[in-house]
Amino acid sequence: MTRTDPLDVPRPHARLHFGVFFQGVNHWTIWSAPDSGAQIDPASFRRVAQTAERGLFDAFFLGEGLRLREVDGKIHDLDVAGRPDAITQLAALAAVTRRIGLVSTSNSTFNEPADLARRLSGLDLLSEGRAGWNVVTTDNAWTGANFRRGGYLDHADRYRRAEEFLTVARALWDGWQEGAVAGSVGAPAWSAPGAVHRVRHKGPQFDVDLAPTLPRSAQGHPVIFQAGDSGEGRDFAARNADVIFSAHGTDFDDALAFADDIRRRLRTVGRPDDDLRILPGTEIIIGATEEEAQEKKRWIRLQQVTPATALGIAGLLWNIDLSDRDADGPLPKEDPVVAENDGSFGARRIADPRAVVAEWRAKAEAHGWSLRETVIALGPQRGHVGTPSGLADKFAHFVRHGAIDGFNVTPYLIPDGLDDIVDLLVPELQERGVYRTEYTGTTLRENLGLRAPLTHRSAPDRRQAG
Amino acid sequence: MFSEGTPLSGPALHLAVELDGDGAHPAAWRRAAHAPDQLLTPRRVARVAALAENAGFTLITLDDGVLPPGAAPDAVGRIGAVERAAFVAASTSTIGIAPVVPVTYAEPFHVASQLASLDHVSAGRAGWVVTEEERPEAARAWGRPPVADAEARARESRDGVEVARALWDSWEDDAVIRSVATSRYLDRERLHYIDFTGDTYAVKGPAIVPRPPQGQLVVLGRPDRVPAARLDVALVEGRDPAAVATAAAVAGTPRVFAEVEVALDTPRDTASERVADLERHAPWRDRGRLRHIGSADQLVALLGELSRHVDGVRLHPLVIDEDLAVLSRLVLPALTERRLVARPLPGTSLRSTLGLQRPANRFAAAAPAGQEDAR
Repeated sequence: MTRTDPLDVPRPHARLHFGVFFQGVNHWTIWSAPDSGAQIDPASFRRVAQTAERGLFDAFFLGEGLRLREVDGKIHDLDVAGRPDAITQLAALAAVTRRIGLVSTSNSTFNEPADLARRLSGLDLLSEGRAGWNVVTTDNAWTGANFRRGGYLDHADRYRRAEEFLTVARALWDGWQEGAVAGSVGAPAWSAPGAVHRVRHKGPQFDVDLAPTLPRSAQGHPVIFQAGDSGEGRDFAARNADVIFSAHGTDFDDALAFADDIRRRLRTVGRPDDDLRILPGTEIIIGATEEEAQEKKRWIRLQQVTPATALGIAGLLWNIDLSDRDADGPLPKEDPVVAENDGSFGARRIADPRAVVAEWRAKAEAHGWSLRETVIALGPQRGHVGTPSGLADKFAHFVRHGAIDGFNVTPYLIPDGLDDIVDLLVPELQERGVYRTEYTGTTLRENLGLRAPLTHRSAPDRRQAG
Repeated sequence: MFSEGTPLSGPALHLAVELDGDGAHPAAWRRAAHAPDQLLTPRRVARVAALAENAGFTLITLDDGVLPPGAAPDAVGRIGAVERAAFVAASTSTIGIAPVVPVTYAEPFHVASQLASLDHVSAGRAGWVVTEEERPEAARAWGRPPVADAEARARESRDGVEVARALWDSWEDDAVIRSVATSRYLDRERLHYIDFTGDTYAVKGPAIVPRPPQGQLVVLGRPDRVPAARLDVALVEGRDPAAVATAAAVAGTPRVFAEVEVALDTPRDTASERVADLERHAPWRDRGRLRHIGSADQLVALLGELSRHVDGVRLHPLVIDEDLAVLSRLVLPALTERRLVARPLPGTSLRSTLGLQRPANRFAAAAPAGQEDAR
């Protein structure tokens, strides 16, 4: 691959930003290999975060699920599961890291602003401006069964609640004026009179009246992440987010189309079109040669998609219990059962199972694939495979053409899964001038190259701040 | 890892210290060794915890609530206790850490997850001080209907503790089986729905966090506000040792700690002068607790006396920056020399330090007796 002339591209000075997503729940994390570490041991989290920091990553990212996944009413037992509360784990990591951002996925449906906004502020202060919040929403009664209010929210209200939640959270984060806290024990009061503003909010989702408990952090507000891919989700991101954790980072044209769509939506709401960072989730598999990388990928896929996992994934598609079938045999002869609610939660829903099964049948026949081989070949391909220099060329092309701003990397192995990326890929990216050689800021907001929080901007940019 | 010492082999007295803000007095910040704008920094949070650990305390507690502590001109900021506790856990190695977490309005499912996670990040050094959000403003802050009377608040605490304890048991210790032969990471037979139904809400379970290293965190609270059967440590109050002894005798919990407020003589000022100085700004509210205002020697004598009635004492220093130094330099060494207190051993859970059994899992009744200890 010839290297692109850096001056003949849309964004010649663009740099990649990396995050790492410690997943903790799903089949992409290999648990069966001898070097698969513990998913709950604090040492695993520390190791991944410190490796990422050594690799000058922007962010360490934790997910959240508020109920253990089930299939047909039974707890799903094939994948890694059991993870810590994100903010609690990140607060511990704040003590053993210095520059990397700490991003918590937290639900806007089953939390209240007084509590969650304060927890995020606390993390932001303890990390001196490195906190982020990935805003996620839920509506179902199944998750609500773990909470006081139960499953109370209509599907259509998910984003309305999230947006109103953010409005209240921002008011709380802005509640203390800059420099509100006294700089000397001789001051007449701990905080300047009139410098702390009560937040009174009455809306469809929240009716609260409270005094914010915390001053502003070094970055003003925690950085807002968002991952929803629907039109509604994208509009929500355009109005509110600083970073999108997208699902469009494997194919260049797809990534560019997504990025262009987001830029269009940003302009529509009056934000500059470079006002947020797009970090697709991705797996990165590295080998010394192309063949070695492909061989490694085959091994990884076989570890991730065990026979039982292949039958489980196919079972979700067919909506039939296939657990007694032979994964190394042909695809099931039956047609998929199409039902409104198949009793499975927390796993990906399939929009049109008949069409997908027809495609699977055609390809399996053409290639002579078993069911397991079909699941591996046709499952979501959200990854990049190659040599350090080949991948560096590819990623430089992606970022310089504005298709992405970086990646949120999902390691397939805990806790060593980032080592190749940090030791082999990062130096290649640095050599091409598309990756930082040192942290330039101390806060997550600075390192991501973001502007001030939306509510802190002067009039022209404030239109959407409300 | 969590082998049990017999209670008799442990020290006579465990010392806990409450380290929220600048101290127990609302105007404590005026005598602090740092400016107010340095209170909410990681440096300060870690430093105070390190001083307590080095001094040999068994346990740090961190007060909290949804409302800001204090009133003007002493309205101070406060980072959430769970977040501070997790940060402290990662910057200390032996001391126990118990955040104050009221469950009057909070989601018990979240609280259980947070506290279980704190036990994981601290490798089994976590506790939980259960309190109540008493003021009606707390309901307005949460945006929930007020839990108005004392009985209703006690009900929320009782149910919240019950839910958390059930969720901590909802994963058996060996639920992660990593059975390569059968492709199963979990044994779902070792995961349990808790199916809790209380007066005001229901919780399904199981937890999303594996069982805490201690099995159950050490739960501390007032025995008149939380059922004694749900507590590991009762926090009892009384204006003098006799009143403390009476309260301790009827607590009905495995361990009893007395609440003691302390203001100590420093090389510069007497304890009385220090209290008087702060009383010019705001009153030190009388909570009916034993209050020691005087010398380190007198405190050592008082604690010696209390050790005959209680298993531990939670100290509430007037001003952390002043009193913690005196506790560290004079009080704990004197008590250690007399073998009244001992610093926690490295690698020991808070439960073990307190001489408490690691509880069997309520859902693992079928397991043969003794198996729990072998794990």
